[in-house]
Amino acid sequence: MKNELNISFPSKLINVQTSRAILIGFLAELDLPMSVINELKTALSEAVTNAIVHGYNNDETKIVSLYFSYDDFSVKMIVEDKGVGIENIDAAKEPLFSTKFDEERAGLGFTIMEVFTDSLQIDSVLGSGTKVTMIKNYAS
Amino acid sequence: MGLSVQMAIKKNRLVIRLDGELDQSNVEELKKKVCNIIKKYSIVNLVFNFENLSFMDSTGIGFIIGRYGEIKRKGGSIVICSMNNTIKKVFNISGLKRICNVANDEVSADKILGVIA
Repeated sequence: MKNELNISFPSKLINVQTSRAILIGFLAELDLPMSVINELKTALSEAVTNAIVHGYNNDETKIVSLYFSYDDFSVKMIVEDKGVGIENIDAAKEPLFSTKFDEERAGLGFTIMEVFTDSLQIDSVLGSGTKVTMIKNYAS
Repeated sequence: MGLSVQMAIKKNRLVIRLDGELDQSNVEELKKKVCNIIKKYSIVNLVFNFENLSFMDSTGIGFIIGRYGEIKRKGGSIVICSMNNTIKKVFNISGLKRICNVANDEVSADKILGVIA
């Protein structure tokens, strides 16, 4: 089985929910265990939230792009924004680190993405944007 | 999708029952509701009942941490009960179990608070 999907939407927080719904629809054919689906949903939710809140500072005129694909072994999710970029990726990946310390931010997005997927790649250029690629193996 | 909230008070304990999915899109509204009640009724202890919460990402963790700060100042405690498996994993990753109690259900949650109070 093999499939892929490209989708873009405005940087509005409601679309964090929309993303998860799209992912569930996309993965339906695979009939994955709930735990795998839930972990993918959670990792995706973190990445899309980051794109909106950090990449774009909640600017609803901006665009977030998603790419999903799967083959017989794994699911891939790519979340991309053309926002502010990450100054220090290592620091960003540290649990509890957040650049928005005055809001109630747990600073756990990347940690959750790392724990819930098998590979996490972060590509970012200050001022240009950030691309987060996650792969999760599902075949036992 | 979406989130609905039900709250109930017993003495200085507020129980918050969430139904649906909690993320950045609806956490601010939840925070307003909860903080209003905490202030209005001088709430000291919180129970979060997640039995009908089907999804929560780290936004929920940030929200709980925020309430913990407020509750701790009043000498109160937080108990979280009935988490599903994935939410429990998120909770464990966060390290929140160092500062929040966990219970299997609301009755047990209230018992914990009874013991602490």
